[in-house]
Amino acid sequence: MSGRVTAAVARRVLQQLRRDPRTIALIIFVPCVLEVLLQQLFGRNSHVFQEIGTPLLGLFPFITMFLVTSITMLRERTSGTLERLMTMPLNKIDILAGYGIAFGIVAIVQAALVSLLAFGLLGLDSAGPRWLVVVLAVANAILGTTLGLFGSAFAQTEFQAVQFMPAVVFPQILLCGLLVPREQMATWLRVISYALPLTYAYDALAKVAADDLDARFALDVAVVVGCTVLAIALGAVTLRRRTE
Amino acid sequence: MSGSAIRVEDLRVVRGGTTVLPGLSCSVAAGSVTGLLGPSGSGKSTLIRAIVGVQRLAGGTVQVFGQPAGAPPLRARVGYMTQAPSVYGDLTVRENLEFFARVLARSSKDSERVLADVALTDFGGRIVGSLSGGERARVSLATALLAEPDLLVLDEPTVGLDPVLRRDLWDLFHRFAATGKTLLVSSHVMDEANRCNALLLLRDGRLLAQARPDELRAETGEQDLETAFLRLVEGNR
Repeated sequence: MSGRVTAAVARRVLQQLRRDPRTIALIIFVPCVLEVLLQQLFGRNSHVFQEIGTPLLGLFPFITMFLVTSITMLRERTSGTLERLMTMPLNKIDILAGYGIAFGIVAIVQAALVSLLAFGLLGLDSAGPRWLVVVLAVANAILGTTLGLFGSAFAQTEFQAVQFMPAVVFPQILLCGLLVPREQMATWLRVISYALPLTYAYDALAKVAADDLDARFALDVAVVVGCTVLAIALGAVTLRRRTE
Repeated sequence: MSGSAIRVEDLRVVRGGTTVLPGLSCSVAAGSVTGLLGPSGSGKSTLIRAIVGVQRLAGGTVQVFGQPAGAPPLRARVGYMTQAPSVYGDLTVRENLEFFARVLARSSKDSERVLADVALTDFGGRIVGSLSGGERARVSLATALLAEPDLLVLDEPTVGLDPVLRRDLWDLFHRFAATGKTLLVSSHVMDEANRCNALLLLRDGRLLAQARPDELRAETGEQDLETAFLRLVEGNR
Protein backbone atom coordinates (compact mmCIF):
# COMPACT_ATOMS: atom_id res chain seq x y z
CA MET A 1 0.00 0.00 0.00
CA SER A 2 1.21 3.49 -0.83
CA GLY A 3 0.23 6.69 0.96
CA ARG A 4 1.19 8.67 -2.12
CA VAL A 5 -1.24 6.83 -4.41
CA THR A 6 -4.02 6.79 -1.79
CA ALA A 7 -3.69 10.56 -1.33
CA ALA A 8 -3.63 11.09 -5.10
CA VAL A 9 -6.85 9.11 -5.54
CA ALA A 10 -8.58 10.90 -2.63
CA ARG A 11 -7.56 14.28 -3.97
CA ARG A 12 -8.74 13.45 -7.47
CA VAL A 13 -12.14 12.21 -6.26
CA LEU A 14 -12.60 15.47 -4.31
CA GLN A 15 -11.54 17.51 -7.35
CA GLN A 16 -14.15 15.71 -9.44
CA LEU A 17 -16.78 16.46 -6.81
CA ARG A 18 -15.75 20.12 -6.70
CA ARG A 19 -16.45 20.38 -10.42
CA ASP A 20 -20.01 19.31 -9.68
CA PRO A 21 -21.41 21.94 -7.27
CA ARG A 22 -24.94 20.75 -7.75
CA THR A 23 -24.11 17.35 -6.31
CA ILE A 24 -22.35 19.01 -3.37
CA ALA A 25 -25.46 21.11 -2.74
CA LEU A 26 -27.64 18.00 -2.88
CA ILE A 27 -25.35 16.09 -0.50
CA ILE A 28 -25.43 18.91 2.06
CA PHE A 29 -28.93 20.35 1.73
CA VAL A 30 -31.13 17.32 1.14
CA PRO A 31 -30.54 15.85 4.62
CA CYS A 32 -31.06 19.33 6.11
CA VAL A 33 -34.39 19.70 4.34
CA LEU A 34 -35.43 16.21 5.43
CA GLU A 35 -34.64 16.96 9.08
CA VAL A 36 -36.71 20.16 8.83
CA LEU A 37 -39.56 18.23 7.23
CA LEU A 38 -39.42 15.62 9.97
CA GLN A 39 -39.53 18.29 12.67
CA GLN A 40 -42.40 20.15 11.00
CA LEU A 41 -44.32 16.96 10.33
CA PHE A 42 -44.25 15.55 13.84
CA GLY A 43 -43.55 18.65 15.92
CA ARG A 44 -40.48 19.84 17.78
CA ASN A 45 -41.13 18.02 21.03
CA SER A 46 -42.79 14.94 19.59
CA HIS A 47 -41.66 11.47 20.44
CA VAL A 48 -41.16 10.57 16.81
CA PHE A 49 -38.90 13.49 15.91
CA GLN A 50 -36.83 13.03 19.04
CA GLU A 51 -36.56 9.28 18.55
CA ILE A 52 -35.75 9.03 14.85
CA GLY A 53 -34.13 12.44 14.30
CA THR A 54 -30.74 11.38 15.65
CA PRO A 55 -30.52 7.93 14.01
CA LEU A 56 -31.60 9.44 10.70
CA LEU A 57 -28.90 12.10 11.00
CA GLY A 58 -26.33 9.36 11.35
CA LEU A 59 -27.72 7.23 8.53
CA PHE A 60 -27.95 9.94 5.84
CA PRO A 61 -24.22 9.83 5.08
CA PHE A 62 -24.44 6.07 4.56
CA ILE A 63 -27.19 6.49 1.97
CA THR A 64 -25.61 9.41 0.09
CA MET A 65 -22.09 8.03 0.01
CA PHE A 66 -23.29 4.59 -1.05
CA LEU A 67 -25.05 6.06 -4.08
CA VAL A 68 -22.42 8.64 -5.02
CA THR A 69 -19.61 6.10 -4.72
CA SER A 70 -21.30 3.34 -6.68
CA ILE A 71 -21.88 5.71 -9.60
CA THR A 72 -18.41 7.31 -9.48
CA MET A 73 -16.79 3.88 -9.40
CA LEU A 74 -19.04 2.58 -12.15
CA ARG A 75 -17.88 5.49 -14.32
CA GLU A 76 -14.29 4.57 -13.51
CA ARG A 77 -14.95 0.99 -14.59
CA THR A 78 -16.75 1.88 -17.83
CA SER A 79 -14.58 4.83 -18.95
CA GLY A 80 -11.37 2.80 -19.07
CA THR A 81 -9.65 4.86 -16.38
CA LEU A 82 -9.72 1.87 -14.04
CA GLU A 83 -8.14 -0.32 -16.73
CA ARG A 84 -5.43 2.29 -17.17
CA LEU A 85 -4.81 2.51 -13.40
CA MET A 86 -4.58 -1.28 -13.26
CA THR A 87 -1.61 -1.20 -15.67
CA MET A 88 0.21 1.22 -13.36
CA PRO A 89 2.34 0.39 -10.35
CA LEU A 90 -0.26 0.65 -7.61
CA ASN A 91 -2.10 -1.56 -5.17
CA LYS A 92 -5.87 -2.06 -5.48
CA ILE A 93 -6.21 -1.12 -1.81
CA ASP A 94 -4.81 2.34 -2.67
CA ILE A 95 -7.80 2.99 -4.91
CA LEU A 96 -10.32 1.76 -2.34
CA ALA A 97 -8.68 3.67 0.50
CA GLY A 98 -8.50 6.83 -1.59
CA TYR A 99 -12.23 6.70 -2.22
CA GLY A 100 -12.91 5.99 1.46
CA ILE A 101 -10.86 9.00 2.57
CA ALA A 102 -12.41 11.37 0.03
CA PHE A 103 -16.00 10.48 0.84
CA GLY A 104 -15.16 10.29 4.56
CA ILE A 105 -14.12 13.96 4.35
CA VAL A 106 -17.35 14.84 2.55
CA ALA A 107 -19.26 12.95 5.25
CA ILE A 108 -17.56 14.94 8.02
CA VAL A 109 -18.80 18.18 6.43
CA GLN A 110 -22.26 16.76 5.77
CA ALA A 111 -22.74 15.29 9.25
CA ALA A 112 -21.33 18.38 10.98
CA LEU A 113 -23.65 20.77 9.13
CA VAL A 114 -26.74 18.60 9.51
CA SER A 115 -26.11 18.13 13.22
CA LEU A 116 -25.52 21.87 13.70
CA LEU A 117 -28.93 22.46 12.16
CA ALA A 118 -30.75 19.64 13.92
CA PHE A 119 -29.27 20.09 17.38
CA GLY A 120 -28.87 23.86 17.16
CA LEU A 121 -32.00 25.11 15.44
CA LEU A 122 -34.53 22.32 15.21
CA GLY A 123 -34.45 21.42 18.90
CA LEU A 124 -33.35 17.83 18.43
CA ASP A 125 -31.88 16.39 21.60
CA SER A 126 -29.55 13.51 22.23
CA ALA A 127 -28.95 12.19 25.71
CA GLY A 128 -25.50 10.92 24.71
CA PRO A 129 -22.64 13.05 23.34
CA ARG A 130 -23.45 14.79 20.07
CA TRP A 131 -19.90 14.50 18.74
CA LEU A 132 -20.34 10.75 18.91
CA VAL A 133 -23.32 11.06 16.55
CA VAL A 134 -21.03 12.83 14.06
CA VAL A 135 -18.31 10.18 14.49
CA LEU A 136 -20.83 7.39 13.87
CA ALA A 137 -22.20 9.28 10.87
CA VAL A 138 -18.70 9.36 9.35
CA ALA A 139 -18.17 5.66 10.10
CA ASN A 140 -21.49 4.91 8.39
CA ALA A 141 -20.45 7.05 5.42
CA ILE A 142 -17.27 5.03 5.03
CA LEU A 143 -19.32 1.82 5.26
CA GLY A 144 -21.60 3.23 2.54
CA THR A 145 -18.60 4.11 0.39
CA THR A 146 -17.03 0.67 0.66
CA LEU A 147 -20.34 -1.07 -0.05
CA GLY A 148 -20.80 1.26 -3.03
CA LEU A 149 -17.35 0.34 -4.38
CA PHE A 150 -18.23 -3.33 -4.09
CA GLY A 151 -21.76 -2.85 -5.43
CA SER A 152 -20.56 -0.99 -8.52
CA ALA A 153 -19.20 -4.30 -9.84
CA PHE A 154 -22.78 -5.54 -10.20
CA ALA A 155 -24.07 -2.67 -12.32
CA GLN A 156 -23.37 -2.19 -16.00
CA THR A 157 -25.15 1.16 -16.32
CA GLU A 158 -25.89 4.15 -14.11
CA PHE A 159 -29.61 3.28 -14.30
CA GLN A 160 -28.85 -0.03 -12.65
CA ALA A 161 -26.65 1.58 -10.02
CA VAL A 162 -29.42 4.01 -9.04
CA GLN A 163 -31.73 1.02 -8.50
CA PHE A 164 -29.40 -0.19 -5.74
CA MET A 165 -31.04 2.52 -3.63
CA PRO A 166 -34.43 0.74 -3.43
CA ALA A 167 -32.81 -2.69 -3.75
CA VAL A 168 -30.03 -2.45 -1.17
CA VAL A 169 -30.70 0.59 1.01
CA PHE A 170 -34.50 0.67 1.48
CA PRO A 171 -34.88 -2.87 2.85
CA GLN A 172 -32.14 -2.15 5.37
CA ILE A 173 -33.88 1.04 6.51
CA LEU A 174 -37.21 -0.80 6.83
CA LEU A 175 -35.67 -3.63 8.81
CA CYS A 176 -33.05 -1.86 10.93
CA GLY A 177 -35.47 -1.05 13.78
CA LEU A 178 -36.00 2.61 12.91
CA LEU A 179 -39.66 2.18 11.93
CA VAL A 180 -40.65 -0.89 13.94
CA PRO A 181 -38.67 -2.03 16.98
CA ARG A 182 -36.93 -5.32 16.26
CA GLU A 183 -38.67 -7.05 19.21
CA GLN A 184 -42.01 -6.50 17.47
CA MET A 185 -40.90 -8.01 14.15
CA ALA A 186 -41.90 -11.49 12.99
CA THR A 187 -39.08 -13.94 13.71
CA TRP A 188 -38.01 -14.32 10.10
CA LEU A 189 -37.82 -10.54 9.68
CA ARG A 190 -35.77 -10.24 12.84
CA VAL A 191 -33.37 -12.88 11.54
CA ILE A 192 -32.88 -10.90 8.34
CA SER A 193 -32.55 -7.69 10.33
CA TYR A 194 -29.65 -9.15 12.30
CA ALA A 195 -27.91 -10.10 9.08
CA LEU A 196 -27.90 -6.53 7.72
CA PRO A 197 -25.14 -4.03 8.57
CA LEU A 198 -27.44 -1.00 8.81
CA THR A 199 -29.20 -2.63 11.79
CA TYR A 200 -26.02 -2.23 13.82
CA ALA A 201 -25.39 1.28 12.49
CA TYR A 202 -28.90 2.27 13.57
CA ASP A 203 -28.61 0.55 16.91
CA ALA A 204 -25.39 2.38 17.79
CA LEU A 205 -27.01 5.73 16.98
CA ALA A 206 -30.12 4.90 19.01
CA LYS A 207 -27.86 3.96 21.92
CA VAL A 208 -26.13 7.35 21.74
CA ALA A 209 -29.50 9.11 21.55
CA ALA A 210 -30.54 7.28 24.73
CA ASP A 211 -27.08 7.64 26.35
CA ASP A 212 -27.02 3.89 26.78
CA LEU A 213 -23.38 3.16 25.87
CA ASP A 214 -23.16 -0.44 27.04
CA ALA A 215 -21.47 -3.57 25.73
CA ARG A 216 -24.13 -3.86 23.04
CA PHE A 217 -23.08 -0.41 21.75
CA ALA A 218 -19.48 -1.63 21.51
CA LEU A 219 -20.68 -4.68 19.58
CA ASP A 220 -22.66 -2.46 17.19
CA VAL A 221 -19.61 -0.36 16.44
CA ALA A 222 -17.46 -3.47 16.02
CA VAL A 223 -19.95 -4.91 13.49
CA VAL A 224 -20.01 -1.64 11.49
CA VAL A 225 -16.21 -1.57 11.38
CA GLY A 226 -16.08 -5.30 10.57
CA CYS A 227 -18.54 -4.88 7.69
CA THR A 228 -16.43 -2.01 6.34
CA VAL A 229 -13.32 -4.20 6.35
CA LEU A 230 -15.27 -7.03 4.71
CA ALA A 231 -16.63 -4.67 2.04
CA ILE A 232 -13.08 -3.45 1.30
CA ALA A 233 -11.91 -7.04 0.89
CA LEU A 234 -14.86 -7.87 -1.38
CA GLY A 235 -14.28 -4.62 -3.28
CA ALA A 236 -10.64 -5.56 -3.85
CA VAL A 237 -11.77 -8.89 -5.29
CA THR A 238 -14.02 -7.10 -7.81
CA LEU A 239 -11.19 -4.81 -8.95
CA ARG A 240 -9.65 -7.19 -11.41
CA ARG A 241 -6.45 -6.49 -13.23
CA ARG A 242 -7.45 -8.89 -15.98
CA THR A 243 -10.91 -8.90 -17.50
CA GLU A 244 -12.52 -10.72 -20.37
CA MET B 1 17.77 -3.23 -32.61
CA SER B 2 18.65 -5.96 -30.18
CA GLY B 3 16.27 -8.77 -29.34
CA SER B 4 12.54 -8.75 -28.78
CA ALA B 5 10.70 -6.43 -26.44
CA ILE B 6 7.51 -8.43 -26.87
CA ARG B 7 7.17 -12.12 -27.62
CA VAL B 8 3.72 -13.62 -28.15
CA GLU B 9 3.38 -17.35 -28.51
CA ASP B 10 0.25 -19.25 -29.53
CA LEU B 11 -1.95 -16.65 -27.82
CA ARG B 12 -5.58 -17.64 -27.52
CA VAL B 13 -8.25 -15.22 -26.32
CA VAL B 14 -11.95 -15.91 -25.98
CA ARG B 15 -14.31 -13.03 -25.27
CA GLY B 16 -17.99 -13.57 -24.56
CA GLY B 17 -17.86 -17.09 -26.01
CA THR B 18 -16.25 -15.91 -29.28
CA THR B 19 -12.67 -16.79 -30.10
CA VAL B 20 -11.04 -13.46 -30.91
CA LEU B 21 -7.46 -14.71 -31.21
CA PRO B 22 -7.29 -18.40 -32.16
CA GLY B 23 -3.53 -18.86 -31.65
CA LEU B 24 -1.37 -15.88 -32.47
CA SER B 25 2.43 -15.76 -32.45
CA CYS B 26 4.47 -12.66 -33.18
CA SER B 27 7.24 -10.51 -31.78
CA VAL B 28 8.16 -6.86 -31.55
CA ALA B 29 11.80 -5.82 -31.81
CA ALA B 30 13.21 -3.63 -29.06
CA GLY B 31 13.82 -0.05 -30.15
CA SER B 32 11.42 -0.23 -33.08
CA VAL B 33 8.24 1.54 -34.02
CA THR B 34 6.02 -1.38 -34.90
CA GLY B 35 2.66 -0.84 -36.51
CA LEU B 36 -0.19 -3.16 -35.63
CA LEU B 37 -2.49 -2.87 -38.61
CA GLY B 38 -5.73 -4.42 -39.57
CA PRO B 39 -9.40 -3.62 -40.04
CA SER B 40 -11.52 -2.91 -37.00
CA GLY B 41 -12.60 -6.15 -35.39
CA SER B 42 -9.40 -7.93 -36.40
CA GLY B 43 -8.26 -8.36 -32.78
CA LYS B 44 -5.79 -5.46 -32.50
CA SER B 45 -7.16 -4.11 -29.23
CA THR B 46 -7.39 -7.60 -27.76
CA LEU B 47 -3.73 -8.29 -28.60
CA ILE B 48 -2.77 -4.93 -27.10
CA ARG B 49 -4.74 -5.65 -23.94
CA ALA B 50 -2.95 -8.99 -23.65
CA ILE B 51 0.43 -7.25 -24.00
CA VAL B 52 -0.30 -4.74 -21.22
CA GLY B 53 -1.65 -7.56 -19.05
CA VAL B 54 -5.31 -6.61 -18.64
CA GLN B 55 -6.73 -9.33 -20.89
CA ARG B 56 -7.66 -12.74 -19.54
CA LEU B 57 -5.96 -15.38 -21.68
CA ALA B 58 -7.40 -18.72 -22.75
CA GLY B 59 -3.97 -20.07 -23.73
CA GLY B 60 -0.47 -19.27 -24.88
CA THR B 61 2.06 -16.85 -23.43
CA VAL B 62 2.85 -13.16 -23.73
CA GLN B 63 6.30 -12.04 -22.61
CA VAL B 64 7.39 -8.41 -22.27
CA PHE B 65 11.08 -7.76 -21.62
CA GLY B 66 11.39 -11.44 -20.71
CA GLN B 67 8.65 -11.37 -18.09
CA PRO B 68 5.01 -12.48 -18.26
CA ALA B 69 2.86 -9.57 -19.48
CA GLY B 70 1.33 -7.66 -16.60
CA ALA B 71 3.98 -8.76 -14.07
CA PRO B 72 4.35 -6.13 -11.32
CA PRO B 73 7.90 -5.03 -12.31
CA LEU B 74 6.59 -4.25 -15.81
CA ARG B 75 3.94 -1.83 -14.61
CA ALA B 76 6.46 0.98 -14.24
CA ARG B 77 8.03 0.21 -17.65
CA VAL B 78 4.97 -0.02 -19.89
CA GLY B 79 2.84 2.96 -20.98
CA TYR B 80 -0.62 2.14 -22.28
CA MET B 81 -3.08 4.27 -24.19
CA THR B 82 -6.52 2.67 -24.46
CA GLN B 83 -8.59 3.03 -27.60
CA ALA B 84 -11.30 5.15 -25.94
CA PRO B 85 -9.68 8.12 -24.18
CA SER B 86 -9.36 6.92 -20.58
CA VAL B 87 -9.12 10.22 -18.77
CA TYR B 88 -11.49 11.98 -16.37
CA GLY B 89 -13.92 14.12 -18.36
CA ASP B 90 -14.87 16.29 -15.40
CA LEU B 91 -11.31 17.38 -14.62
CA THR B 92 -9.08 19.80 -16.49
CA VAL B 93 -6.29 18.54 -18.73
CA ARG B 94 -3.67 19.51 -16.16
CA GLU B 95 -5.59 17.98 -13.23
CA ASN B 96 -5.77 14.71 -15.14
CA LEU B 97 -2.04 14.67 -15.83
CA GLU B 98 -1.13 15.70 -12.31
CA PHE B 99 -3.27 12.93 -10.88
CA PHE B 100 -1.61 10.25 -13.01
CA ALA B 101 1.79 11.87 -12.36
CA ARG B 102 1.25 11.50 -8.60
CA VAL B 103 0.20 7.86 -9.02
CA LEU B 104 3.37 7.25 -11.04
CA ALA B 105 5.58 9.19 -8.58
CA ARG B 106 6.33 11.83 -11.21
CA SER B 107 6.36 15.61 -10.86
CA SER B 108 4.40 18.43 -12.46
CA LYS B 109 7.49 19.01 -14.63
CA ASP B 110 6.63 15.70 -16.30
CA SER B 111 3.03 16.85 -16.79
CA GLU B 112 4.24 19.97 -18.60
CA ARG B 113 6.70 17.94 -20.69
CA VAL B 114 4.03 15.57 -21.98
CA LEU B 115 1.59 18.42 -22.57
CA ALA B 116 4.20 19.97 -24.85
CA ASP B 117 4.81 16.57 -26.52
CA VAL B 118 1.19 16.37 -27.63
CA ALA B 119 0.92 20.13 -28.35
CA LEU B 120 -1.66 20.79 -25.63
CA THR B 121 0.23 23.26 -23.45
CA ASP B 122 -2.40 25.94 -24.06
CA PHE B 123 -5.18 23.54 -23.11
CA GLY B 124 -4.00 22.79 -19.56
CA GLY B 125 -6.85 24.64 -17.89
CA ARG B 126 -9.63 23.24 -20.09
CA ILE B 127 -12.10 20.65 -18.81
CA VAL B 128 -11.43 17.43 -20.73
CA GLY B 129 -15.14 16.86 -21.34
CA SER B 130 -15.31 20.10 -23.33
CA LEU B 131 -12.52 19.08 -25.74
CA SER B 132 -12.91 17.54 -29.17
CA GLY B 133 -12.40 13.80 -29.63
CA GLY B 134 -8.91 14.27 -31.07
CA GLU B 135 -7.85 16.58 -28.25
CA ARG B 136 -9.15 14.15 -25.68
CA ALA B 137 -7.19 11.34 -27.34
CA ARG B 138 -4.04 13.47 -27.04
CA VAL B 139 -4.64 13.95 -23.29
CA SER B 140 -4.90 10.18 -23.06
CA LEU B 141 -1.68 9.80 -25.07
CA ALA B 142 0.08 12.36 -22.86
CA THR B 143 -0.85 10.25 -19.83
CA ALA B 144 0.83 7.22 -21.38
CA LEU B 145 4.03 9.26 -21.88
CA LEU B 146 4.24 10.50 -18.27
CA ALA B 147 6.47 7.79 -16.84
CA GLU B 148 8.87 7.75 -19.83
CA PRO B 149 8.17 4.03 -20.23
CA ASP B 150 10.50 1.64 -22.05
CA LEU B 151 7.55 0.23 -23.97
CA LEU B 152 4.70 2.37 -25.24
CA VAL B 153 1.59 0.53 -26.37
CA LEU B 154 -0.78 2.87 -28.16
CA ASP B 155 -4.21 1.80 -29.38
CA GLU B 156 -5.13 3.99 -32.37
CA PRO B 157 -3.48 7.18 -31.11
CA THR B 158 -3.90 9.17 -34.31
CA VAL B 159 -7.60 8.62 -35.03
CA GLY B 160 -9.40 11.84 -35.92
CA LEU B 161 -6.29 14.02 -35.97
CA ASP B 162 -5.43 16.47 -38.72
CA PRO B 163 -2.53 15.47 -41.00
CA VAL B 164 -0.06 17.98 -39.54
CA LEU B 165 -0.64 16.76 -36.02
CA ARG B 166 -0.49 13.16 -37.15
CA ARG B 167 2.89 13.73 -38.77
CA ASP B 168 4.12 15.48 -35.60
CA LEU B 169 3.04 12.56 -33.43
CA TRP B 170 4.75 10.01 -35.68
CA ASP B 171 7.91 12.14 -35.52
CA LEU B 172 7.57 12.07 -31.74
CA PHE B 173 7.22 8.27 -31.79
CA HIS B 174 10.42 7.96 -33.82
CA ARG B 175 12.26 10.32 -31.47
CA PHE B 176 11.29 7.99 -28.60
CA ALA B 177 12.46 4.96 -30.56
CA ALA B 178 15.77 6.73 -31.22
CA THR B 179 16.34 6.85 -27.46
CA GLY B 180 15.96 3.06 -27.27
CA LYS B 181 12.28 2.89 -26.42
CA THR B 182 9.94 0.44 -28.12
CA LEU B 183 6.59 1.46 -29.56
CA LEU B 184 3.67 -0.67 -30.65
CA VAL B 185 1.11 1.50 -32.41
CA SER B 186 -2.17 0.20 -33.75
CA SER B 187 -4.06 1.74 -36.62
CA HIS B 188 -6.73 0.75 -39.08
CA VAL B 189 -5.43 3.25 -41.63
CA MET B 190 -2.96 1.58 -43.97
CA ASP B 191 -1.17 4.80 -44.94
CA GLU B 192 0.25 4.91 -41.43
CA ALA B 193 2.09 1.66 -42.22
CA ASN B 194 4.66 3.69 -44.14
CA ARG B 195 5.75 5.38 -40.96
CA CYS B 196 6.64 2.14 -39.15
CA ASN B 197 9.93 0.18 -39.01
CA ALA B 198 8.03 -3.07 -38.80
CA LEU B 199 4.48 -4.20 -39.37
CA LEU B 200 2.15 -6.76 -37.88
CA LEU B 201 -0.81 -7.27 -40.18
CA LEU B 202 -3.80 -8.74 -38.47
CA ARG B 203 -7.03 -10.04 -39.93
CA ASP B 204 -9.75 -12.08 -38.20
CA GLY B 205 -7.45 -12.68 -35.25
CA ARG B 206 -4.72 -14.19 -37.42
CA LEU B 207 -1.33 -12.77 -38.27
CA LEU B 208 -1.30 -12.15 -42.01
CA ALA B 209 2.27 -10.95 -42.10
CA GLN B 210 5.10 -9.77 -39.90
CA ALA B 211 7.51 -7.78 -42.02
CA ARG B 212 9.15 -4.44 -42.71
CA PRO B 213 7.25 -2.18 -45.14
CA ASP B 214 9.94 -2.69 -47.84
CA GLU B 215 9.82 -6.46 -47.40
CA LEU B 216 6.07 -6.37 -47.80
CA ARG B 217 6.39 -4.36 -51.00
CA ALA B 218 9.01 -6.75 -52.36
CA GLU B 219 7.01 -9.83 -51.45
CA THR B 220 3.76 -8.65 -53.01
CA GLY B 221 5.24 -6.61 -55.83
CA GLU B 222 3.01 -3.69 -54.84
CA GLN B 223 4.25 -0.20 -54.00
CA ASP B 224 1.09 0.84 -52.20
CA LEU B 225 0.83 -0.88 -48.81
CA GLU B 226 -2.95 -0.94 -48.91
CA THR B 227 -2.83 -2.88 -52.17
CA ALA B 228 -0.11 -5.10 -50.72
CA PHE B 229 -2.40 -5.84 -47.79
CA LEU B 230 -5.20 -6.80 -50.24
CA ARG B 231 -2.79 -9.10 -52.11
CA LEU B 232 -1.98 -10.89 -48.88
CA VAL B 233 -5.64 -11.29 -47.99
CA GLU B 234 -6.39 -12.70 -51.42
CA GLY B 235 -3.36 -14.98 -51.32
CA ASN B 236 -4.59 -16.42 -48.04
CA ARG B 237 -8.03 -17.34 -49.28
